[in-house]
Amino acid sequence: MLNQYFGDYITVAVFMAVGAGLVGGAVIASRMLAPSRPGGFKEIAYESGIEPVGGGWNQSHIRYYIFALLFLIFDVEAVFIFPWAIRLDFFTELGNGFLILWEMVAFIVILVLGLVYAVRKGVLRWE
Amino acid sequence: MNFWLLLLVEVVVILVVMLVGALVTIYAELKISAHMQSRIGPYYAGGKWGWAQPAADGLKFMQKEDLVPAAADHTVFRLAPYIVIMSALAVWVVIPFGPDLVVRDLDLGVFFVLAVSSLSTLGVLMAGWASANKYSLLGGLRAAAQLIAYELPLLLAVVAVVVQAGTMSLNGIVAAQAQTWFTVGGIEISAPFLLKGQIIGFVIFMVAAVAELSRIPFDMPIAESELTMGYLTEYSGIRFTMFFLGEYASMVAISAIAATMYLGGYWVPGLPESTLNAVGPFVLLAKVAFLVFLLIWFRWTWPRLREDQLQDLAWRWLIPLGLLNIVLAGIFKVVL
Repeated sequence: MLNQYFGDYITVAVFMAVGAGLVGGAVIASRMLAPSRPGGFKEIAYESGIEPVGGGWNQSHIRYYIFALLFLIFDVEAVFIFPWAIRLDFFTELGNGFLILWEMVAFIVILVLGLVYAVRKGVLRWE
Repeated sequence: MNFWLLLLVEVVVILVVMLVGALVTIYAELKISAHMQSRIGPYYAGGKWGWAQPAADGLKFMQKEDLVPAAADHTVFRLAPYIVIMSALAVWVVIPFGPDLVVRDLDLGVFFVLAVSSLSTLGVLMAGWASANKYSLLGGLRAAAQLIAYELPLLLAVVAVVVQAGTMSLNGIVAAQAQTWFTVGGIEISAPFLLKGQIIGFVIFMVAAVAELSRIPFDMPIAESELTMGYLTEYSGIRFTMFFLGEYASMVAISAIAATMYLGGYWVPGLPESTLNAVGPFVLLAKVAFLVFLLIWFRWTWPRLREDQLQDLAWRWLIPLGLLNIVLAGIFKVVL
């Protein structure tokens, strides 16, 4: 009998492997059924029927990087909220639920202030 | 039973559920969209009502040449669909079909779901980058920005459910909904979380789910009219099919998660607990079918948003609302 903990994650790993196997099997089956004549115009990047201008990896203005930064901050904060969410039950039964609740409210208020700052700074405005 | 034998049975059952679920959803989308927009839907394949259309499409795609553009990053281009299908399948590990009918009831439960389902973002970004195509690159970047922006409302909606249930295990969440809420004249009343103060959470979850699935009105990453098909532009044949399959499998999976968290999952009021292992899967299936219908209905009803409107909706409305929802759930928990 395998350890419960490792059994759980071996299962997850097996499911992922089967997912990869599914794609692999389909690709192999397709290779046997489908024609393969590489080369020619069909290997050029598709640009709505005209010949592509420049390469595919052109420099472009990525407006999203600031969202990535914001996301990183909020995601880490959200991880802090999960343990609190589970233990709230326990502290409520002990009788100091309100104290724990207000601590999280303060934390969330600070988070919201950060978001308000970002919005007021015009992070979400595009021109 | 032997660990590996049991695992084999579980893998086969989940594979069948996932593939059949995806094919039925594709068929439902074809038929429902045909009815909603007065078009002619599939009619011939398989005889009556064109029921074999999704399978016929799959076979057709399998016979098409699997092209890789000359300028593309070949390895990454070929790997991207693997990541998407792996994440779509692994989510099913924690979905409970009955009190004992769950592959593994991980303690992490919903947290695992969020972690694994966001893995598909990586596949999409890889596809967009590796194609060496301007449409694909823009589509991939849009997808990444959209998926991270809507990951947060999803996460915050889930936290409120965790506060109310006091556990992250999906089986525990269903059990928390089955508990007696209050008694009226000796009759014990219990209700799913949707009716126990999680309406805001449910709405946030569904909006974020539509965005995570990149479906209309949030389909900017593949917007046909401006980006042809975004990150899918250069994919053909079987690899395109795999992205397509993964998309519909995730649609069924995320509906199952929403049904479990807000609608009571395999549990329904009035059903004795001893029958849940037998009837539970069908109860869950009915709820999933309803949510999938909602997702299809949204898609064929609304126009597409603009990219900045999308970010605005997430950051200015859904995230503050999600935080407020957590505070409300906490007050609800402590006071009652």
